[in-house]
Amino acid sequence: MTALQHVKLGTYYVVHLPEPDDFDFWREQARALVQCAVPPDRVAWVEPGGSGDLFAHGERRAPAPPVDIRPVRANRRFLSLAKNAILHSDAERFALLYRLLWRLQTIPRIMEDKADPDLRRIEELDKNVRRDSHKMHAFVRFRLVESASVSEGPELGEHYVAWFEPEHHILRANAGFFMRRFSNMRWSILTPQGSLHWDTETMSEGPPAQRRDAPGGDSMEDLWRSYYASIFNPARLKVGAMLKEMPKKYWKNMPEAALIPELVAGAQKRESTMVEKGTLEFEERPETLEAIDKAIHACRKCPIGLLDSHAVMGEGPRDAAFMIVGEQPGDQEDQQGRPFVGPAGQLLDVHLEKVGIDRRVAYVTNTVKHFKYVQRGKRRLHQNPGAKEIDTCRWWIESERAIVQPKLVLAMGASAARGILGKTVSISKVRSTPIPLEDGSELWVTAHPSYLLRLDGRAREEQERLFDADLAAVKVRLEELTQ
Amino acid sequence: MAAQTVLQKLEILADAAKYDASCASSGTANKNSLGGKGIGSTEGMGICHAYAPDGRCISLLKILLTNHCVFDCHYCVNRKSSNVIRARFTPQEVVDLTLAFYRRNYIEGLFLSSGIVKNSNHTMEQIVEVARILREEHDFRGYIHLKTIPEADSEIVHQAGLYADRVSINVELPTDSGLTRLAPDKDARQIEGAMGKVKADLVEAKDAKKRFRHAPRFAPAGQSTQMIVGADAATDADIVGKASRLYDNFRLRRVYYSAFSPIPDASAVLPLKRPPLIREHRLYQSDWLMRFYGYKPSDVMQATEADGNLPLDIDPKLAWALKFREAFPVDVNRASKEQLLRVPGLGVKAVHKILVSRRHRTLRLDDVALLTQSIAKVRPFICTVDWRPITLTDRADLRSLLAPKTEQLELFAA
Repeated sequence: MTALQHVKLGTYYVVHLPEPDDFDFWREQARALVQCAVPPDRVAWVEPGGSGDLFAHGERRAPAPPVDIRPVRANRRFLSLAKNAILHSDAERFALLYRLLWRLQTIPRIMEDKADPDLRRIEELDKNVRRDSHKMHAFVRFRLVESASVSEGPELGEHYVAWFEPEHHILRANAGFFMRRFSNMRWSILTPQGSLHWDTETMSEGPPAQRRDAPGGDSMEDLWRSYYASIFNPARLKVGAMLKEMPKKYWKNMPEAALIPELVAGAQKRESTMVEKGTLEFEERPETLEAIDKAIHACRKCPIGLLDSHAVMGEGPRDAAFMIVGEQPGDQEDQQGRPFVGPAGQLLDVHLEKVGIDRRVAYVTNTVKHFKYVQRGKRRLHQNPGAKEIDTCRWWIESERAIVQPKLVLAMGASAARGILGKTVSISKVRSTPIPLEDGSELWVTAHPSYLLRLDGRAREEQERLFDADLAAVKVRLEELTQ
Repeated sequence: MAAQTVLQKLEILADAAKYDASCASSGTANKNSLGGKGIGSTEGMGICHAYAPDGRCISLLKILLTNHCVFDCHYCVNRKSSNVIRARFTPQEVVDLTLAFYRRNYIEGLFLSSGIVKNSNHTMEQIVEVARILREEHDFRGYIHLKTIPEADSEIVHQAGLYADRVSINVELPTDSGLTRLAPDKDARQIEGAMGKVKADLVEAKDAKKRFRHAPRFAPAGQSTQMIVGADAATDADIVGKASRLYDNFRLRRVYYSAFSPIPDASAVLPLKRPPLIREHRLYQSDWLMRFYGYKPSDVMQATEADGNLPLDIDPKLAWALKFREAFPVDVNRASKEQLLRVPGLGVKAVHKILVSRRHRTLRLDDVALLTQSIAKVRPFICTVDWRPITLTDRADLRSLLAPKTEQLELFAA
């Protein structure tokens, strides 16, 4: 071998790298060493400040390459891998890479053998470095420093400074990322290994820095912390998943991380209050009307249930084909415990009789089971139930519908319609046309008789006419359905 | 009431936005701020700038423009009949917040959604206005994801796509009947119609880009959607079927699943127990199987149990393998890529490594162990030169051997 002529047998070589991330220098040296056929076990690589100089008596000068230079083989995959893996903090990286390069000369396809131990180790280094770079892109936090020099203009007066502690020698390699992202912003990234400064036009490097060189806070951090706390869903606590992606070692330089212990501790409490507030733990659906009757008297799921009123159960045949649904019991109904016996009920009876519907064949009930009122002296004044209260009470009207299974439901008033449909509809838009329901029955919507009671003169006549027309249409349809 | 500060508004409107699962910032066109007047870059890979204790990544400033809403969807915390505190940002406030957060490297960009105020068109115009100010006045080149409103005019939605990297329309629920029941103001056909229009715009923009170098970009990161899991009675089979139809019909980049979680001031119509989060996880796994492992929706449906749901204790791939044991063992030295991808415990990367390595050596069990995460899981389903599972594949109790021990997990799972 010609190379042997230039390399003293048994000589050890020590290569001192000028920078821990100087790939080009390593590449030059490694190329020369391979050309001179220096086997991996005869080279020691030393980075600045590193020990590992095992061969204290080693030759410091690289051997001169032979005249008939052997071409050194290195494919693209090797180069991209080596370029990144060399940024790792493991002191062994240079030697590992040299060994792989050495073996690559005789086993050209070694880069494809994923089970090769050297390659696996280097791929692991590469992966660690890539992860560290990625975390740097993610976790660097800039803080604004208002620069004193006003002459530079307001834009340039703003200077953003970050303190970051990377695990590997990745600072220089990631300068480009921050430059491309924040090209019109003055920024500096300070690390224990060195610092970078960008002034919107040129990049410069600075000496290693300390945490106290960076600003201690930023006015936006309160907003950011409150965003962090608000976007977190306490019902989905998964601390392990968070720690996997954001290990604790990064926390000390992230303003939002200070909140984590408190958020985790509060999460379970927040969820249970949320559930408690919203919870309506209805058990199994009741299977008989008697069971519903019993249950609604005890129902305290909404504020109406807490008023001093009695629940009023629907009445009528258990297998009625026709169901009439009102809004809620009134004062009279509450006292007598029967639906539609007050003024509105009496008016309803008049109109039913007028169009020829026998109230006794219908199951008559209300969408809300308790009387909602405000006390004014001795009188209890009717109050409309809220959407939430109607939705809460839907459980009961749905249970009644499931047992009675009417073919036609007549909802009187907007509250009753919401109780059946789950959404608020406009009476004038939906009246006089049937709405198909999920269980195959159909819903007709009309005004509530108490609405008629509040009108006078022409308006009342007009509304009574419409009300009668609706009842008449329902009668015709009911006859079709029950034949 | 005193005027709300930006901090108070941010708390309310970020809180209201957290039920949107998507926070992706990846897969868009490469751009950076060199030569521009502003800031921002997107370089392919998404970046998660922080993780919340719920394990979800915080990549974008995810907020609502307002949580006032004229709709009354039962699963939604912002529905008309809910008693939550309401707030409203002006477009300029959102722009200022986005830029201030971006400059400090807190976020990759903005994910803006909104409750419906006045009407759909007005709301959509406000959303687009935020994106316009960011892009045109501040030359912002970071990521923008806009939620579009299916009821808005397609012209405004198109405008949104010209500014945004990604647009999305939520299908909300996997079945039409669920939508009718829980989101009475929404219409499944309208939602799918809007998704169809966005798809047409995407196709057209891609085509134009081929012919004209300066053709305007339209949502280079595509469109996505979200489904709520566990609020209605839909089974996993329904959900997987719906998702695959959506992928096929509308060329979606992603379908997100969001396990229904208890919301403050919940509607009475909803189940108040939350579904196990693991169900959402199994659905994502099945989503991965369809997107990267060559499983057809019918394959995933075969992995479901009698009730139409995927088993919760084991992943869908293992469930499929246990049902179709005749497909195993697979010889790692000879089998095709498709066959290897069906082996439980072998991921896409591991399969790639096996395919490359076996050109150079005949793989032994130890070699496979080096290339995979857990050889114990893989072993019953493969053979190598020195390994054959013999009876292992036929054992009736194989499932219990492979299923992870659950007792420990249960403590925190619920």
